Amino acid sequence: MIARILAVFHARNLEFVRDRGTLAWNIMFPVIVLFGLNFVFSTGERNQFKIGILTDNEVVNEIDHPFMDIRYINKIQIVDQDAGLESVRRHKLDMLVDLDDPVVRYWINEESPTGYIVEKILLQSSTDEFIKGVVQGRNIRYVEWLLPGVLGMNLMFSCLFGVGYVIVRYRKNGFLKRLKATPLRAIEFIIAQVLSRLILAISMAIFIYVGASFILETRMEGSYFTLLLVGILGATSLISLGLLIASRVSSEELAGGLLNLMTWPMMVLSGVFFSLEGSPQWIQTFANIFPLTHTLTAARAVMIDGATILEISYELGVLVATSIIFMTAGALLFKWQSD
Amino acid sequence: MPNILEVKDLKKEYPGVKAVDGISFSVKKGTCFGLLGPNGAGKTTAIEIIEGITASDGGSILYKNRPIGRDFHKETGIQFQTTALQEFLTVKETLLLFYKLYPNPSNFDEIVEECSLKNLLSRDNRKLSGGQRQRLLVAIALVNQPELLFMDEPTTGLDPQARRNFWNMVEKIKLRNTTLILTTHYMEEADFLCDEIAIMDKGKIIAYGEPKELIAQHFKEVVLELPEDEVKNHALNIPMEYEFKFGYLEIYTHDIPTALNLLKEQNIPLDKLKIRPFNLEDLFLKLTGSELRS
Repeated sequence: MIARILAVFHARNLEFVRDRGTLAWNIMFPVIVLFGLNFVFSTGERNQFKIGILTDNEVVNEIDHPFMDIRYINKIQIVDQDAGLESVRRHKLDMLVDLDDPVVRYWINEESPTGYIVEKILLQSSTDEFIKGVVQGRNIRYVEWLLPGVLGMNLMFSCLFGVGYVIVRYRKNGFLKRLKATPLRAIEFIIAQVLSRLILAISMAIFIYVGASFILETRMEGSYFTLLLVGILGATSLISLGLLIASRVSSEELAGGLLNLMTWPMMVLSGVFFSLEGSPQWIQTFANIFPLTHTLTAARAVMIDGATILEISYELGVLVATSIIFMTAGALLFKWQSD
Repeated sequence: MPNILEVKDLKKEYPGVKAVDGISFSVKKGTCFGLLGPNGAGKTTAIEIIEGITASDGGSILYKNRPIGRDFHKETGIQFQTTALQEFLTVKETLLLFYKLYPNPSNFDEIVEECSLKNLLSRDNRKLSGGQRQRLLVAIALVNQPELLFMDEPTTGLDPQARRNFWNMVEKIKLRNTTLILTTHYMEEADFLCDEIAIMDKGKIIAYGEPKELIAQHFKEVVLELPEDEVKNHALNIPMEYEFKFGYLEIYTHDIPTALNLLKEQNIPLDKLKIRPFNLEDLFLKLTGSELRS
């Protein structure tokens, strides 16, 4: 069994590595996206202040306070005080303010220049008494938040298209049918494909990460081992999803459509380029069905917050569970040949 | 000679068409069995059911007097009609991939020698000619030292020289006492390679036996062939069975002297006359009532 898996694994690796065009694109694409977005979003000035309003009132603008009348300040409802303070600490919010209390309380980050300015605006808005709170925390540059997103996006494309498309091509051109006439079993073929793509995708992710973090001097608060574990489990889950999608399809066009159907919602909803914070709760809940969401949440927790394996155990558990479900379903549904 | 394979009342139906309609035949160990027929006759479907690639709708298949089991693929080799190989791999890497899939593979160098692949080992699969590619596919099918080898239209699309080379290779394989099941369009190929044949048409077997016996059963005469242009200005008066076919006048007779005298009496030039025995193609045309459909 092991010999057969290794044989298919080795052949697939050779095929991938020698396909220079695809290999180059797999490396160049995320680098272009990363540096391009970093350039676009790092050079422009932010044109709005972002304030968290601590309230249970869903319609934030109904709160009666002179500060609410000041324009050009983006006011976001925050229900959980701790989450709001964490956002201030991370410079995602310039200030958190509780206007519901008779005595207005607010919190700013001591290291945030924009926090200093919105504090002055708040104090000018009313002659009432205010209680000031202070949090501390280093600013997170957009590129530090973006890097896990781009690495995850590249894993997603590489894993879903790299496995799904290839298997459909093998099935369409009869190569799978030829393999069926050997002692090779479906699960052995699938394991070989998963291992091959996993090693190639993770190798490319490491290559891109090392290069990007060196050039852009991004932070790494957690353990590299934990980050690698997140990458491996995320990639396994995505590859398994690709296998499931490709388990019966014989048309490359249909496979392309189905894979796009999976990748585009993940691109938009899993937080690749922008955080979903502030978006409706149902969207945030819906985004949790995607493996990429959990991969990125865990990767950012490790890279930005220094989270341990225990602290991201929920995300890791979801990735393991989805890998098992997708791979088992893919093996059961797997078809060697076209109809 | 014992039977290695027995097929009984095999059936396969697709929507609106009976692809295989209750066929039965047996294959003796160490022989070459040919399944002949035009496209759509059902021979590829039949062979793929036997290979275990396609499920049947009925009938039974016995391999060595037993229903086909898990070990069937370890003891059989298959060359499919169309098989793509992995891209960017060399001939050697492709062969090695298949070598590692079997528990007791054959000797690598022997197979390479037998299939004339020695000078092609480092060549990319994508750069092989049609004949080279077919030889590689046969080599892959021989990797597990099969007792039974299936070859589905192996020489379709090859030029005459490549086809001849392929036949020579098959002859060498036959010397290993390997049983062969071959499907083909080419009657000459079947005549050259096969010990027994079954002609299929519209899902049924319409003739089954040794080629020479089948021809002898259906034809007692020989064929006198003359180009149609040679006789078109003559009022033919030949009290024998004859017909115009593919630009030729064909006269069927067992009395050659009388036929020649008749033609001479009518001043028909005989310098382009050919006399030949009936062959498998004649048998096929007689049985199916049509020319070979491509």
